[in-house]
Amino acid sequence: MTVALPKLASLLKGRDAGAEAVVPATGATAWLTNFTAAAMAFLAVFALALSLAAGRLADRWSGALAGTATVRITAPADQIDAQAAAVLAILQTTPGVATARALSLEEERALLAPWLGPDLPLDSLPMPRLVELTEDRDGYDAEGLRNRLAAEAPGAVLDDHTRWRRPLAEAAARLRFLGLVAVVLIGGATAAMITLAAGAALSANAQVIAVLRLVGARDLFIARAFVRRFTARAFWGAMAGTTAGAIALAFLPAADEAGGFLTGLGFQGAAWLWLAAIPPLAALVAYLATRLAAFRRLRELT
Amino acid sequence: MFGETANLAGLERRRGANRLTNGERGVIAFENVAYSYGGGELLSDISLTLPAGSFHFLTGPSGSGKSTFLKLCYGELSPTAGRLTLLGTERRAIGRDAMALMRRRMGIVHQDCQFLDHMSLRANVLLPLTVAGLDAQGSDLDDLLAWVGLSDLVEARPPSLSGGERQRAALARAIIMSPEVILADEPTGNLDWEMSLRLLTLLIELNRMGKTVVVATHDLNLIRNAKAQVATRVLRIRNRRVQLAGADL
Repeated sequence: MTVALPKLASLLKGRDAGAEAVVPATGATAWLTNFTAAAMAFLAVFALALSLAAGRLADRWSGALAGTATVRITAPADQIDAQAAAVLAILQTTPGVATARALSLEEERALLAPWLGPDLPLDSLPMPRLVELTEDRDGYDAEGLRNRLAAEAPGAVLDDHTRWRRPLAEAAARLRFLGLVAVVLIGGATAAMITLAAGAALSANAQVIAVLRLVGARDLFIARAFVRRFTARAFWGAMAGTTAGAIALAFLPAADEAGGFLTGLGFQGAAWLWLAAIPPLAALVAYLATRLAAFRRLRELT
Repeated sequence: MFGETANLAGLERRRGANRLTNGERGVIAFENVAYSYGGGELLSDISLTLPAGSFHFLTGPSGSGKSTFLKLCYGELSPTAGRLTLLGTERRAIGRDAMALMRRRMGIVHQDCQFLDHMSLRANVLLPLTVAGLDAQGSDLDDLLAWVGLSDLVEARPPSLSGGERQRAALARAIIMSPEVILADEPTGNLDWEMSLRLLTLLIELNRMGKTVVVATHDLNLIRNAKAQVATRVLRIRNRRVQLAGADL
């Protein structure tokens, strides 16, 4: 790939234009290559956006849940205040716990409101008491804390959010991976389409190749004529597709709390620079695919 | 039109052409060469040498193997038996790239004059220079086109040319690199007698400048006419073998 990049640059800069001129322009393969590159680049923009958004979501969820824990106290009404006080006392003396506070009834009501409605009669329900804790940089010993709670406040259960965080993080990581797989598949499909188009162009120009061979053209010269053309087409096609994809993303509704994941689909900040990589990558894929196809076909033709 | 041979001689001198390096060894040498295709032998047991600067006609009935013989001469085909030497190198030792470079030392004229139809006559004649990466500006294209009588058609596309014009353009393209060998396959096949004689004159002139010329033709009148002007040898393909023809031609 490091060898291919300078060659790619020289092709796009227009060196050795004489090689390109000897091959007549063929409308069908030109259109097909441009369209394929544009469509694939458009899809790549969205796959990349999906992958990046999944990554952001995973980070956000993990960040929000990491560093906090909840102690849930379930006990008979006459014991619950005593157990809550005991839990707070334990937490205040536990190394690694930065803060600990019991949630008020209003806060518990706010947590349940999305599911049970705002007029929830909490007083008439056997509600558990919740204590929220935040850990310091060193963190606390969850297993040790559980043992202490079991001994001194039997109705208290430590929920360190692991069982929530892990599947969320796994799902988000898998989504990010699938996004990248989609980008790779798009690259592979582009290579396959361009290989087919290059093969068709080479077959259609068998007579031209015969003439070139007759006058002493080397395989490299003939291949370069096709490679240069397909590389340029893929580059400009991908440029158009990437631009269209970027515009479509830019016009998605802005991200907000209510919109959640879908409105967060897109690029933020420096991530927009990823888009600049798509046309050169498409050109590189076209360069390698056409070069491979050309040399293979030339060996078959003569 | 063809009284301009002095121009071509000057052209060749300016190029420092006639770079014959194979001397008396022969630019193309066959030693017990045979060529088979599809289970049948098309050419058998050919042993001959084409010396530098010689002029050979190759004749025989249609389908006798004249084109196959020429394709062996310019390396498009490889012998299936025997040893073939092209410009000092054994054919089997010549790789794809080396063969391409060797073709630049050979001028090939086909009966059907293959051109790139989307390019002008000028670009087609300059094609050997283009593929060799040489500067066409320094070439003697104008003199060459004047010599073959196509000065007025430099921007014409090949499909618009007559048969004679195409043959002369093919000859111009074949010699623009000042090759050591010129191989022509039925170059007068589509031409009337007058145009055939004109093309023959060009080939004879090139031979007088030191080029090795091989012309495949079934036109015995053309051969007789050439023999009256230049020392030629006639090879005849009969029963898959290449023989030196006698005085019956």
